[in-house]
Amino acid sequence: MKLRGKVHKFGSNVNTDVIIPARYLSISEPAELAKHCMEDIDPEFATKVESGDIIVATTNFGCGSSREHAPLAIKASGISCIIAQSFARIFFRNAINIGLPLLECAGSVAETEAGDILEVDLSTGEIKNISKNKTVMANPYPEFMMDIIDAGGLIEYTKHRLQSI
Amino acid sequence: MRTLAEKILAAYSGKENVKPGEFVNVKVDLVLSNDITAPLAIREFQRLGISKVFDSKKVIMVPDHFCPNKDIQSAEQAKLMREFAKEQGIIYFEVGRMGIEHVLLPEQGFVLPGQVIVGADSHTCTYGALGAFATGMGSTDIAVAMAIGEIWMKVPPTINFVYHGKLPKWVGGKDLILYTIGDIGVDGALYSVMEFGGEVIDELSMDGRFTMANMAVEAGAKAGMFKVDGKTEEYIKEHSRHRYSRRSEECYPPGNTGYSKIIEYDVSKIEPQVAFPHIPSNTKCVSQVGDIKLDQVVIGSCTNGRLDDLRVVAKLLKEKQIHPEIRCIILPGSQKVYLDALREGLIEIFIEAGAVVSTPTCGPCLGGHMGVLAAGERCLSTTNRNFVGRMGSPKSEVYLAGPAVAAVSAILGRIASPEELLDSRLS
Ligand code: SF4
Repeated sequence: MKLRGKVHKFGSNVNTDVIIPARYLSISEPAELAKHCMEDIDPEFATKVESGDIIVATTNFGCGSSREHAPLAIKASGISCIIAQSFARIFFRNAINIGLPLLECAGSVAETEAGDILEVDLSTGEIKNISKNKTVMANPYPEFMMDIIDAGGLIEYTKHRLQSI
Repeated sequence: MRTLAEKILAAYSGKENVKPGEFVNVKVDLVLSNDITAPLAIREFQRLGISKVFDSKKVIMVPDHFCPNKDIQSAEQAKLMREFAKEQGIIYFEVGRMGIEHVLLPEQGFVLPGQVIVGADSHTCTYGALGAFATGMGSTDIAVAMAIGEIWMKVPPTINFVYHGKLPKWVGGKDLILYTIGDIGVDGALYSVMEFGGEVIDELSMDGRFTMANMAVEAGAKAGMFKVDGKTEEYIKEHSRHRYSRRSEECYPPGNTGYSKIIEYDVSKIEPQVAFPHIPSNTKCVSQVGDIKLDQVVIGSCTNGRLDDLRVVAKLLKEKQIHPEIRCIILPGSQKVYLDALREGLIEIFIEAGAVVSTPTCGPCLGGHMGVLAAGERCLSTTNRNFVGRMGSPKSEVYLAGPAVAAVSAILGRIASPEELLDSRLS
């Protein structure tokens, strides 16, 4: 699957408290959560993000709490995938489980700037920066995780597994 | 030789051996969620098309984050969770019986060495203090674990943290873990297990160990673990509701060599630590903080809301007054901690000093209720996170420290060392 979108750039340790502050955690509707996504570090994020856009960040993206509201809010805001040098562990699981693609990639981040247009091929891991005419490769997913992604998330994957037992 | 985590994960995935990086399906002994994460988990559970949880005695829900209900929306979430708990006949602690989940579960005897526990809360890693493999996950993972009693995991490598020397006065588990995170950074143990050992750890109380295991996630770790020793066994004997026998050698010191890294510290000269905004790794020694005036001090949470913590606070607050410009909020971590503190006379000391004492709740720790900060306000807190907006306004500031620094800072109105109070008592 190919994705194409404009870059929103973030730094290191973007944590779940800023992705979706706890004051909104008594909501669990993704569309409502999306209205407040990133508001404490980028108050305009929710209004300027367009469907298909891509988040690019440096290290440890998604650190902090286990709240699944964080990847849900990002996904519902229209973001099609997140590219980072590294992700926090629980955030990584949560995003894969709910079907928000993440790409771990050491190389691409430094040169990528806000507003660049990227084209991402999820099946090969190829990330093309159209604005800068540069291509890099993301780390491939382990096979096990690919099965969950292919199934469309953990719930679907588990359903298949239960049926086949 | 394999590490503690590898031994447990091998046993729970039915394998002879597991290696870091390997994907395994792991059986679980306990599946936890709370009033924020359970509603999402229940929604996903229902999508699975399964009507009953895998084992009602192994699924547990605790209304602690926004409970007692802070507003109508949180009341609805708590209600959804309560009704599901009732319908499924799972373990549930109602307001009046509850505590902050990570204080409550070990104290109520649900945690045993060598177990695998997963929770829809990142601080589930707290139970590693008792030699369990415990880790936080999201609601979808927890939905699957509730349904089938197992979950996928990637076997993590283990970093061994060894603490040598003798702990100085007023330095405790919170200072050790803040010092460590200050050294390795908030992703210093990413995807790894932090295993704590050394003669300092041998001497550390169980409450101190819970504090350290609790903040392993603040270094990016999957779990924070301690080997089982006499102190663990004593704790288990006092609290456990299940019979515990050394059914395996999984949790005992085998003279490990399977670590990915060994990091050693001599802590004989370290001071109480303070983490500055807006990240837990931004630590300083308390003598280096300068003049930081405060508006609020919060003492409690799953990090430092246990009896040992409250005893330290009471020792310093006794016959003292909270600074007139400070709101000092003290939250015992569970009803049991509250009652024990009451019987020991600690609560009386707190109230006489001018502190607010609240029923157990996460409340202010995550900016929920009971002490939310306004723009420009500064709070010193014994909790575990100080990210932007964690305790309220994105323009507020949170400093993290242990209970001794918190108590003295509440008295002096600025971040201060326990030594300063003792000096002023002498003069
Ligand atoms: S006390 Fe704070 S860190 Fe602990 S479970 Fe509650 S909100 Fe999370």
